[in-house]
Amino acid sequence: MSKFPKFLMVASVAALTAAPAMAEKLGLGRAATEAEVAAWDLDIFPDGSNLPAGKGDVWTGEEVFADACAVCHGEFAEGAGNWPKLAGGADTLDHEDPLKTVGSYWPYLSTTFDYVRRSMPFGAAGTLSDDDVYAIVAYILYSNDLVDDDFVLSKETFSDVVLPNAEGFIVDDRAETEYGTFTNRCMSDCKPGAVEITTTVVFPGDPNSGFDATPISQAVMGTAGATPDAAASTEEASAEDAPAEETAVVGEVAAPAVMALDEELVAKGEKVFKKCKACHKVGDKAKNGTGPILNGVFGRAAGTVDGFKYSKPMLAAAEGGLVWDETELSGYLANPRKYMKGTKMSFAGLKKDKDVAAILEFLKSHSQ
Amino acid sequence: MGDSSNNHGPSRRGFLKGAAATGAALGAAGAVKAEGDPLITEVQEWASSLGEGVDATPYGMPIEFESDVVRRNVEWLTADQISSINFTPIHALDGTITPQGCAFERHHSGAITLKKEDYRLMINGLVDTPLVFTYEDLERFPRSQQTFFLECAANTGMEWAGSQLNGAQYTHGMIHNMEYTGVSLRTLLEEAGLDAAGDLKDKWVYVEGADASSNGRSIPMEKALDDCMVAFKANGEALRMEHGYPVRLVVPGWEGNMWVKWLRRIEVMDKPVESREETSKYTDTLEDGTSRKWTWAMDAKSVVTSPSPQMPIKHGKGPLVITGLAWSGNGAITAVDVSLDGGVTWQEARLAEPGKKMALTRFYLDINWDGSEMFLQSRAMDETGYVQPTKAQLREVRGLNSIYHNNCIQTWHVNAKGEANNVEVS
Repeated sequence: MSKFPKFLMVASVAALTAAPAMAEKLGLGRAATEAEVAAWDLDIFPDGSNLPAGKGDVWTGEEVFADACAVCHGEFAEGAGNWPKLAGGADTLDHEDPLKTVGSYWPYLSTTFDYVRRSMPFGAAGTLSDDDVYAIVAYILYSNDLVDDDFVLSKETFSDVVLPNAEGFIVDDRAETEYGTFTNRCMSDCKPGAVEITTTVVFPGDPNSGFDATPISQAVMGTAGATPDAAASTEEASAEDAPAEETAVVGEVAAPAVMALDEELVAKGEKVFKKCKACHKVGDKAKNGTGPILNGVFGRAAGTVDGFKYSKPMLAAAEGGLVWDETELSGYLANPRKYMKGTKMSFAGLKKDKDVAAILEFLKSHSQ
Repeated sequence: MGDSSNNHGPSRRGFLKGAAATGAALGAAGAVKAEGDPLITEVQEWASSLGEGVDATPYGMPIEFESDVVRRNVEWLTADQISSINFTPIHALDGTITPQGCAFERHHSGAITLKKEDYRLMINGLVDTPLVFTYEDLERFPRSQQTFFLECAANTGMEWAGSQLNGAQYTHGMIHNMEYTGVSLRTLLEEAGLDAAGDLKDKWVYVEGADASSNGRSIPMEKALDDCMVAFKANGEALRMEHGYPVRLVVPGWEGNMWVKWLRRIEVMDKPVESREETSKYTDTLEDGTSRKWTWAMDAKSVVTSPSPQMPIKHGKGPLVITGLAWSGNGAITAVDVSLDGGVTWQEARLAEPGKKMALTRFYLDINWDGSEMFLQSRAMDETGYVQPTKAQLREVRGLNSIYHNNCIQTWHVNAKGEANNVEVS
């Protein structure tokens, strides 16, 4: 393979051939069954090998994406809040602050399929059917103007798609471009003239205590995209967007009586809540995230958390007087989209009644 | 910084009284009144009554006065706290071993709870016999033990465009250094048998975690057979949940993302997977828009941990200990230099111990501070002859969009009051 790093071609010969004869086996472990290997060995290679059977078209993809992905990635894959943008950014890689998306940066379509299939949606990984994954990936391609709206992605059409940045990567060349240069250990008179400050720190204090006016210019982490500006404006929105009449509704709801708790069930509910906490927070420090905070949700009038932008159907239900009691929450959590068509909550639902019961008890414990 | 070191709850009064007395003694050692320091001349409560019995805390925690030595995140860096990162309080630590409880965390889908009984490790692909191991199986292989640093490829990444965050914890805290115990990856691969792989020169292994992120990375066979370790203990005890309990991969000297946590599968392959984390992330975009991939090794780097923005000089002029950490993913640290004038002149620091391969090295420079401002820098050298570069040198090669693998020389501006700030200098 021509792209194999040079250091390996040199170093590996020694390391690999100097190895002692294979050590005697200890006979530990057991043979993996074919079913086990098939269950875990899901990775897809750039040439499409290991792709599953199935297919999906752009329009199906748009629907699945709206249900499963849009809450974080936007209706058009343009990104929501601080979550990653999946579309756009064409020809920005040599600009200041390039926009790196599937369309502008990712070299291989296999990576998109592989990642969506194994790791998405966030908080419900591995729940999409292979056809849905094909459809979502087709829609992401369409959102990046890389296929027409009649495109159907399948194992067969997979190799018809070449992503724009496929040739945009080079193998680590630091050995040639840097290592030979970074060798000067100067000890004195290393710079002409006096040293002066050219840049002072952007966030002089505790970075969590507030935001300086100057935005940080690089998004570093996998899910980043946050700028202090964006964060600050979100906070402002939180304060301003809470409609007065909703606040009034909160006032009308009587404080729930203290409920007796089954602590064992609360503990079970806390575990089940892991499915929810990617989007929902509870506790003293809870803030609205992708979903509203759930402190006090039990017995609360629907659609009334300050600063959270609810879906239209949720606001309509709230206007109709929906209150989150045991019956309503059970129905919603068991099958969110059936319970409320058009809800923003992209959660498949809790299949087991006992999980619903446990989570209700947990939410009760945060509603005392 | 915003965190107050005085926030000690019930014992605050006693602490402050002690601190004041100590301050007086330190600040004017010759000027103590004739009656002497009450901490010495008066019988103190702790010297008379009894302390806590054994087992008061079956698993000990740091004393309350150290409650500010904790991991911290930067809330607005990531979209939520589950796929996020926090930082090791390297400014407040000394020595080289990072206690597990304050070693930074980076999760892509949260830290999962995985019991040893539920743990399975699969080896498949181009092996003679695909195998499944339990945790108990792993404990029966011959063990090895070694200390390595783990640095996130994004450590110091915020600083590419300019000085952003004010503290060694935030600029350099995506690193920890632990003594690992486990089984060499080579041993496990040989148990499955590599004859089926044929010529090993161009082969790879794919390593994958059990959490929802399915974090997976392709590693060249040469590295896999060289020094990678399947670890189940760190600093003598079980791994913490946040570091991959019960089993993680150790990839000495290479970027932290490859040290897959909750390791569940190792696949022998004839080509890399080109997974999300080795294409769309952890790749370095250069000025012309092309990007480097497979930039696995973390080049030599160092930072002064004290004085630093979170660790101002409080004692005024006179003897001052300047200390910091140095490391290299390409071998052992051979020397560290410190500059007080922003890189015009340098002097060699003292290494607390000789550098160990791919592990943190502690350095000290003991000076007599005259109270004038300083532009504090440190510069690491490793056994390959590499000299840690300036930010300008790196930008000259890579431009401004590289983000990852920023191993530039850091500058702290220390003013006459002893306060330190993160700056860039000419």
